[in-house]
Amino acid sequence: MPVYVNDKPVELGSQRWNCIQAAQQAGVFIPHYCWHEALSVVASCRMCLVEIGEWKDGKVVMQPKVVPGCQTPVKDGMVIVTGEYDRRDPTLPPLPYDPAYLQAGPPGSRAKKAQADTLEALLLNHPLDCPVCDKAGECLLQDYSFRYGRSTSRMIDPKNTPPNKPHISSKITLFTDRCIMCTRCVRFTREISGTGELCVVRRGHHEEIDVFPGRPLENKLAGNVVDLCPVGALGSKDFLYKQRVWYLHTRDSICSRCSSGCNIYVDSNKDIVYRLRPRYNPQVNGHFMCDDGRYGYHFTHAAERIRRAGLLQQPSTSASNDPDYPMRRWLAWPHLVSRLRQSLQSLGQQPQRRVAVILSPFLTVEEAFLLAKALRSLAPQAQLALGPVPVVGDDDRYPKDVHGRPVEPTRFIIRAEKCPNRRGVETVLRYWTGQVTPAEELLRQSWDALWFAGGYPEAAVVEAALPSHWSAPPLLVVQDLFPSPLTEAATFLFPATSSFEKEGTFINAMGIAQTFPRAVRPLIDARSELQLAHELLERPGLVQAAAVRRELGRAIPELAHLATIDPPAAPERIELATV
Amino acid sequence: MSYEPVLLARIDKPNSQRLEGYRQDGGYEAFARVLRELKPEEVVARVKESGLRGRGGAGFPTGVKWTFVPKGHPGPIYLAVNADESEPCTYNNRILMEKDPHQVLEGVLISSYAIQARVAYFYIRYEYGEAYRTLQAAIDELYQAGLLGRNILNSGFDLDVVLHRGAGAYICGEETGLIESLEGKRAWPRIKPPFPAVEGAFRKPTIVNNVETLACVTQILRRGVEWFRSLGVPPDPKNPRDLGSFGPKLYTLAGHVNEPKCVELPLGVTVRELVEKHGGGVWKGRKAKAVNPGGISMGFLRCDLPLKNAEGTEYDIPLDFNGPLRAGCLGLGTAAVTVIDDQTSMIDVVHNVCQFFSHESCGQCTPCREGTGWMLKIMERFRHGRGRREDLDILLDVAERIGIIPGTTICGLADGAGWPVKTAIRKFREEFEQAIRDATVSRYVRTLETVAAH
Repeated sequence: MPVYVNDKPVELGSQRWNCIQAAQQAGVFIPHYCWHEALSVVASCRMCLVEIGEWKDGKVVMQPKVVPGCQTPVKDGMVIVTGEYDRRDPTLPPLPYDPAYLQAGPPGSRAKKAQADTLEALLLNHPLDCPVCDKAGECLLQDYSFRYGRSTSRMIDPKNTPPNKPHISSKITLFTDRCIMCTRCVRFTREISGTGELCVVRRGHHEEIDVFPGRPLENKLAGNVVDLCPVGALGSKDFLYKQRVWYLHTRDSICSRCSSGCNIYVDSNKDIVYRLRPRYNPQVNGHFMCDDGRYGYHFTHAAERIRRAGLLQQPSTSASNDPDYPMRRWLAWPHLVSRLRQSLQSLGQQPQRRVAVILSPFLTVEEAFLLAKALRSLAPQAQLALGPVPVVGDDDRYPKDVHGRPVEPTRFIIRAEKCPNRRGVETVLRYWTGQVTPAEELLRQSWDALWFAGGYPEAAVVEAALPSHWSAPPLLVVQDLFPSPLTEAATFLFPATSSFEKEGTFINAMGIAQTFPRAVRPLIDARSELQLAHELLERPGLVQAAAVRRELGRAIPELAHLATIDPPAAPERIELATV
Repeated sequence: MSYEPVLLARIDKPNSQRLEGYRQDGGYEAFARVLRELKPEEVVARVKESGLRGRGGAGFPTGVKWTFVPKGHPGPIYLAVNADESEPCTYNNRILMEKDPHQVLEGVLISSYAIQARVAYFYIRYEYGEAYRTLQAAIDELYQAGLLGRNILNSGFDLDVVLHRGAGAYICGEETGLIESLEGKRAWPRIKPPFPAVEGAFRKPTIVNNVETLACVTQILRRGVEWFRSLGVPPDPKNPRDLGSFGPKLYTLAGHVNEPKCVELPLGVTVRELVEKHGGGVWKGRKAKAVNPGGISMGFLRCDLPLKNAEGTEYDIPLDFNGPLRAGCLGLGTAAVTVIDDQTSMIDVVHNVCQFFSHESCGQCTPCREGTGWMLKIMERFRHGRGRREDLDILLDVAERIGIIPGTTICGLADGAGWPVKTAIRKFREEFEQAIRDATVSRYVRTLETVAAH
């Protein structure tokens, strides 16, 4: 038997749903604060109150009390009436409700009043300081009050004004008075991170969220409580007072700070990234992301970034002691690219000259493929290697117990491998060379030419990969984000782009290929690695990542499915496939 | 007809707390007989047959509750004794625990046997220090006498009783709040279902019974079902859902009476008889204005308000499980009768009630957390003579909409917070309106200012 939500029948099969989920299937939204799919049910906010009943003997008998939708499992033949019954599809025939039920008012009127009452109660002690609140614009208290609440307050008494608690964490601040006590944050620290720093103190309307003395909210997943907070109580100190949310442009993206490949939203304004938030993907990261990724975008706008492309000018005579040399000359891209192409072509004509290409695991699959293709076409003898793979410790699994040991079942993993696309670049390397050579091996040898395609957010990784007595080859081409001994010595230096500044595909630790659009435009004088390879191949115009994806999909059997996927219709769309 | 107390029979004896004396009065014979002669399900059947209803407030049939434990459950099954007696003006459990702990403990033993519990948790409120010490001594005596521990009386029945002292919160008296507190968590009542009889303490079936209920169990098994059913009020034949109110009940009298005390009477005594006869009448020669039939959460009776469909006024309603309902009260509750004399302002009374519930609301559900606080703020204003007419409607609206009866909260605390407010305003509205017109400032504004709350 179907379930009826505001008179609309919906077949739910054998899936166990609660009323909120069942209503969602029927296209009806039931507002809720405390309920969250990933957390346990507490049914305490009382925002999701609905009326339920049963259709039997030809009439619909409704229960006399309202019930919380989050806590009420849906049964066959159940009738759910929400507070928005009056906004239902008017073409649907109304169910045969019990006349006694209809006498008390139109269907849903009890739920409607109960929800309005809940909102009135929530706002009693809420400071209504929306003009200075960071959450304004994406606040569920605002949204629901607008849609379900009353427009005026009946309370004339002073509000409770508990003190704010900026000390609860180095990254998070608590505006105690804005809290609606949904306890999502408390449950998150108990159930997902397992660290249990947050708790509820005091009682009644003086209740507050707090930390235990001397145990601030410091864990690698802590930032998620800010996303979970439906109101402006928990604020990210990183984002606080930086932007009003309605100025932000949101793009779907993939986090590049570890090999999990968490799905994220990039919130930016005028090509500056202000905030990353997790995007729900049950196959990858669920609802959450880690703080390493969340706050790991600042490198994109670091002042030290390499901003322009340049050439290292040697003194005109080898005996010269001019202290100004060697000197970096900043050149326009077209000049540089054609000179670089010429140099590589001349090397390609001398097969005995040794050419090495290092492709970093921060490159997208498309970039790795097209760079390899360009260099192999210019210098067919070029050897290809995988750039240094940063690994920090072991995979970090959550939840943890009080001793910091992981507890089964695992609900979140922060990978030890701090790069997004080792598997993707390896797949490309195997296609071109049949094997994966680590960069460290190549860097120990001497070369006539070395191409280093980096994109490392931390130059220390590059430095660590260099042998102690490394000397630069005669031709050194480096694309990277930050200065390192390699960029210092580079004959040709190109600014790299961060993952927010390009589009492409990453293959994560589980082998899931995820494409992402560009979130912000690159630095003015930077071009993406993909564009550089495109130009080296003397292809005209601007490169299309989707076209390269089709090309490599046709070439590499393992990635064949990438060729068949249509390019994203909108920037928000993400294709997802398992390799 | 004078009634000979049974539950309170031993309280005036010297050393009534000691096992020795209790045994001289026939103590633990019922338990020994139960172990020898009855199967657990037969004990359940007897208690069910007796019609014993829980004495903690809600009046749920005890035997029926025991049958909710899943059949053939591999265990462990727990008994939790609710001795978190925090309802204002209620002290009947305290007398039982302080003066005759073995009567209660025998009930614990019998009930544990009936539901096949091997561990019984005795949850006692923090404030009952003496009761705690008395009970601990009694439990120690039982272990020494071999009535607790392994293989009790060679029957193969094992039982441990753990006495647990709470930390001082009214909400711990709610059965799932009690269980949460017992587990070491914040006493936030759980959502039901699952009911504790299916999934309670430590996620195992748990039966939560009140102290007085367990004392009644002892007496039922000692004196028989017939004796128990001979007392009290049989079910109303016109009301098929009425389960009757059988057995003795400990009524506590408090407030403006001459003799505040605990008396044991068969269920069904009228308020008038209880106050005038047993309580020695209202103090200082005044008249009773309002009476609280069973702890403040039950609401108020107005003593001069005529009853509908019956003779007499609300002062004449019988104190059984149905009587207070007829006067618009929530129920019998703990049968703690509080008398308010005609010199007392209902505004002060309601303010006091609101202060209590606002302080004791656990803060889990929005309607209760914010509603109790709002009602207190309004009443605070009333006491200062700044009440408005619309405040009465707001108070009624808030009091009506919080609680499990409208379905907006998890537990019944909010019903208990709303009921006294709405019954007071409905029944004494002209007094509130008069206070609004006159801007009356309460006599107690200064003296009763809240200084601190734990």
